[in-house]
Amino acid sequence: MVCLVLSNLMLVGSSRIAVCIRFVALQGVLLGLLPLALHHWLLAGASIAIKGTVFPWLLFRAMREANVRREVEPYVGFSTSLMIGVAALGISSWIASRLPPLAPSISPMILPVALFTMITGLFLIVSRRQALTQVIGYLALENGVFAFGLGLVREAPVIVEMGILLDIFVAVFVMGITIFHISREFDQIDTEQLTALKDTPS
Amino acid sequence: MNLTLALFLVPAVAGLAAFAIRSNRVLRFLLVGTAVVHSGLTAAGWVYPAAPVFGGWVHLDDLGRLFLSLTSALFLAASVYAVGYLRREAPGRQTDVEEGFLFMNAPEATFVGCLLLFLSTMTLVSASQHFGLLWIAVEATTLASAPLIYYHRHHRSLEATWKYLLICSVGIALALLGNFLLTVAATPLFRNESALLLGSLVKDAVLLDPRWLKAAFIFFLVGYGTKMGLAPMHTWLPDAHSEAPSVVSALLSGALLNNALLGILRAHNVCVAAGPGMKAFSSDLLVLFGLVSMAVAAVFILKQMDFKRMLAYSSVEHMGILALGIGLGGSAVFGAVLHAINHSLTKAMLFFAAGNILAVYRTKSIQDVRGLLRVLPATGTLWLMGFFAITGSPPFGTFFSELMILKGALDAGRTFVAVAYLALLALIFIGMAASFLRMAQGTAPKPIIRTGECLSAIVPPAVLVAATLVLGLYVPPPLLALLRRLAQWLGGA
Repeated sequence: MVCLVLSNLMLVGSSRIAVCIRFVALQGVLLGLLPLALHHWLLAGASIAIKGTVFPWLLFRAMREANVRREVEPYVGFSTSLMIGVAALGISSWIASRLPPLAPSISPMILPVALFTMITGLFLIVSRRQALTQVIGYLALENGVFAFGLGLVREAPVIVEMGILLDIFVAVFVMGITIFHISREFDQIDTEQLTALKDTPS
Repeated sequence: MNLTLALFLVPAVAGLAAFAIRSNRVLRFLLVGTAVVHSGLTAAGWVYPAAPVFGGWVHLDDLGRLFLSLTSALFLAASVYAVGYLRREAPGRQTDVEEGFLFMNAPEATFVGCLLLFLSTMTLVSASQHFGLLWIAVEATTLASAPLIYYHRHHRSLEATWKYLLICSVGIALALLGNFLLTVAATPLFRNESALLLGSLVKDAVLLDPRWLKAAFIFFLVGYGTKMGLAPMHTWLPDAHSEAPSVVSALLSGALLNNALLGILRAHNVCVAAGPGMKAFSSDLLVLFGLVSMAVAAVFILKQMDFKRMLAYSSVEHMGILALGIGLGGSAVFGAVLHAINHSLTKAMLFFAAGNILAVYRTKSIQDVRGLLRVLPATGTLWLMGFFAITGSPPFGTFFSELMILKGALDAGRTFVAVAYLALLALIFIGMAASFLRMAQGTAPKPIIRTGECLSAIVPPAVLVAATLVLGLYVPPPLLALLRRLAQWLGGA
């Protein structure tokens, strides 16, 4: 749990995309370990394999092809981002403490940590300019939702979880292809470039 | 083999096969052939309903079958239209209509393959009786349709694709949270069997924990609402609809948005069954989002310069009307379900007509299109009929469905909602009239190369608009009975 919190803070505070990819993969592996406690070997294996090895590989490849190393000039600066991250941690603990009581789960920490991970993901998507970092934000968001589900829902059918995993995998795959096309079309993957479509005639 | 499974597997297998086919003629044949088989099977499903499979997870109930029939009919029309479209978009370099640069189209195999996979995933959405499976299917529709938007390979369609992928994926991630919250709400119910089956949730809905159910509904509404194009989560919609090929825009508006609505309806269904308090909660949220969507659409329609974007905002408006109708209850629910049918038929038809206009005038600007009735008599007539149908003028079906929703608002004693609804409809009518009529009349501004209107570009929209017209004059008794049943089931009268 503490590792999850720290990895979120690293995600918001780091400018190097490689670091972000490694930490989001670490989150995936940690979350993959959770179902082990529930004896879902297949699910645990699949999610560790996909989130721990396939996603980093896809993202690193996209990073090499797009030739970006770090997030330059995000909309929100890194130290401010860290502050917001800490604030988000506080807010999620507060929300978690006010929610109605739940059936006993793996750890009392799971609810605030899951909320914090979701907020981190959303924050990364809106505050970063590189398409690749936005994908990382999306993955963090999914990790948060996953943590919530694994922590609270004991009898979720394995087949559904596998389907969800498959969807996320294809989503990242398609996003990777799109990033490749964006980098070829614009010579970079800064989403600032993607502002041609709007309602007022230019 | 089970009919429902066949409905899902036929387009899936055909779609995968399409990626390996090199010949364009075979591909087009495969596309139309699969569409014909699919609609045939869907029609057969009305006569011989298939038994549930996979422990009731996959089953076409009345609502699902109605939406699937719409999807299937639109896909058939779209596949016929696509044959003419693909012939027009010959391979090789194309000139962009707005900025004049050269670009390539995506390979035809990719396009046809993704179209068929898109149909297959939409079938799965209609047939899902399990919330988890529903989520998987809705996310899969996003992934199957994203490459379709990027058919014209240039920077604007790429931007639209990226926004579509990211915004919808994030939205649907929130709906997944809704799924988990719903499971939490259902923990007192199910100790060991698999929860989240629609039937058992509705049956024992009163036992659900109301606090968690409320939270779940909010996330479902925001999540699937993003996909459905409810304001303020609609931002991907105008971009995707304006940049995608017209065939794809027609399917996105007519079929995909309905499928997302289905996700919200399933959640609303559980809330309705959970008691009057929950029903009031989810209904009020639907009314609120409905009115906001209509208002946002009205503002953007009034100042719109691009006719495809105008149609896209009109979709936002109509999705707002649907949410409003479902939320109002009473006779408005009946009106809303009927309106979903009318809107799909009309909007798909308008996008087909818009595709014809774009192909000849080579511009999307409302200002630059004049004299449609003279240059393209058939398309011009269809364009005008579509205008009257989409704005809810008699004798089209939309008039009656919008009237039913108004009646529902007045019956419920919600005068403010009724007044706002009428005012927004009037505003949108004015905004669309100014553009549509101007485009149809007058003389063409510059020499237009008249390329004759081929049958495949005229027949599909003509059939669809005729269907809307018929629905306005006469609703067949079996359909009427079905709509009544659905309305009652969704908490209406």
